[in-house]
Amino acid sequence: MKLINHDQVLKKMSPRKWKNSVFKGLFMFATALALVVLAILLYRIITQGIGYLDWQFLQSLPSRNPEQAGIKTALIGTIWLMGVVAPVTLILGVGTAIYLEEYASKNKFTSLIQINISNLAGVPSIVFGLLGLTVFVRALTLGTSVLAAGLTMSLLVLPIIIVASQEAIRSVPMELREASFGMGANKWQTIVRVVMPAALPGILTGTILALSRAIGETAPLVVLGLPLFLAFLPQSVFDMFTVLPMQIYNWTSRPQEEFHAVAAGGIIVLLIMLIVMNSIAVLIRNKFQKRF
Amino acid sequence: MSTLVAPKKEAADSIFNDKNLHAKNKVYQTKELNLWYGSNHALKQINLDIYENEVTAIIGPSGCGKSTYIKALNRMIEMVPSVKTSGEIQYRGRNIFDKRYGVEELRTKVGMVFQKPNPFPKSIYENVVYGPRIHGIRDKKVLNQIVEKSLKGAALWDEVKDRLQDNAYGLSGGQQQRLCIARCLAIEPDVILMDEPTSALDPISTLKVEELVQILKKEYSIIIVTHNMQQAARISDRTAFFLNGEVVEFAETDKIFSNPTDKRTEDYITGRFG
Repeated sequence: MKLINHDQVLKKMSPRKWKNSVFKGLFMFATALALVVLAILLYRIITQGIGYLDWQFLQSLPSRNPEQAGIKTALIGTIWLMGVVAPVTLILGVGTAIYLEEYASKNKFTSLIQINISNLAGVPSIVFGLLGLTVFVRALTLGTSVLAAGLTMSLLVLPIIIVASQEAIRSVPMELREASFGMGANKWQTIVRVVMPAALPGILTGTILALSRAIGETAPLVVLGLPLFLAFLPQSVFDMFTVLPMQIYNWTSRPQEEFHAVAAGGIIVLLIMLIVMNSIAVLIRNKFQKRF
Repeated sequence: MSTLVAPKKEAADSIFNDKNLHAKNKVYQTKELNLWYGSNHALKQINLDIYENEVTAIIGPSGCGKSTYIKALNRMIEMVPSVKTSGEIQYRGRNIFDKRYGVEELRTKVGMVFQKPNPFPKSIYENVVYGPRIHGIRDKKVLNQIVEKSLKGAALWDEVKDRLQDNAYGLSGGQQQRLCIARCLAIEPDVILMDEPTSALDPISTLKVEELVQILKKEYSIIIVTHNMQQAARISDRTAFFLNGEVVEFAETDKIFSNPTDKRTEDYITGRFG
């Protein structure tokens, strides 16, 4: 006796196919919507700001006159900020990831730390701003300096780097560690010679993505009290400075229409920086993807 | 260099062969070894001796503790958290579980070849010199000699001598496993532990590794875990049959396969279970 009536099955075939195409269309629409919004945004910004984008724009200090306004202080400030955030987060983040993955024994305490790190990645950035204001600006009296802002930003992106580095370290096959230990290598030698070289692409990718997040963040820096208008460049990490998003925020909040166009020019510069950084991350990932 | 040493060794072998088998030196002596994974009693009262310049095969069904035992011999088992042991394993007269016995020190003498070929994602050359570099050898000339000697020892030299700087991942599975053996030989060990070294290989590569084992035993003592009873019969001098964490029988391979004492050994080797 047959339990399946094949005529019935064939009859239900066309609604099944129809459903399939409906859902396919729905998902395509969702993707297209995001693309369209992005395209509109890019179109608006580029048509508005492209006129201001020239060598002089990059080399001028901010000015009350939109024709002469430039983003030199903000651009240099952003680079200074990166100069603090990159080494601090790389050293602390990778160190933490190595400790948690390779040295720490798996117990309740380490899993508590693990959960907290993941949670920190989801804490609103303004909270980190308040923390930075209390600890770095006031308690350590660093003021609204490059160092204070850099350390605050480092705290903000540390969880991202830690989690990315942990994943990269975890993806190194156990067999490679066994091979190394089996020849009498100790933990440190195994980490330096086997685990790190294999995990490095993943760690770098995570770090670059975290840095591009730090470049775009504004809220914590507003809380720290970074100046919106600054007509000189920082000479050391203890100097006042401003960054691209702050400068853009300043220009967009002005009543003059011309400044909105200047802001759009600034946004283009910021976007180009982000695209370049993310592309480097993608390139690194693709180059080293098929290792194991 | 090895060609000069080999004939002497063979001569020595023929003197000690057969009648004086037991007069051979013991490399490992296992005494009353018990091992637990948490509450799981994985090895029970193991007493086993491993002799110099012999191939000792360890056979038994899955989960019988044979892999656990071989990993205990170089203390690799300690990578598993919650492992506890009692009793002792003596390597050349010293208890390896002694607190003062450094695990790195032990592993410079006891090399291991794993189930799945696990070369590093580096060049063939870098793979072989990994061990010597770890132990502080920096002299380029010495390293080059080690690479040639080890790759020849693992019967891989002729296949790779023109592409030592190529990535090891470009080799076939069988070549990768022989590279792992070469990497192990590069630290000039005394004992080589092999944990099912041919289970991931095709028959021809398996044959090559088996032939290699026959040559290597002239200079090294080899302990090999295998699922394949024919393999144990073909290549080993002694065989230990493990079952449920116990050594059921341990004797010369000929005896185990022709005239086993224990009924369970007979059932297993005749394929009635496992």
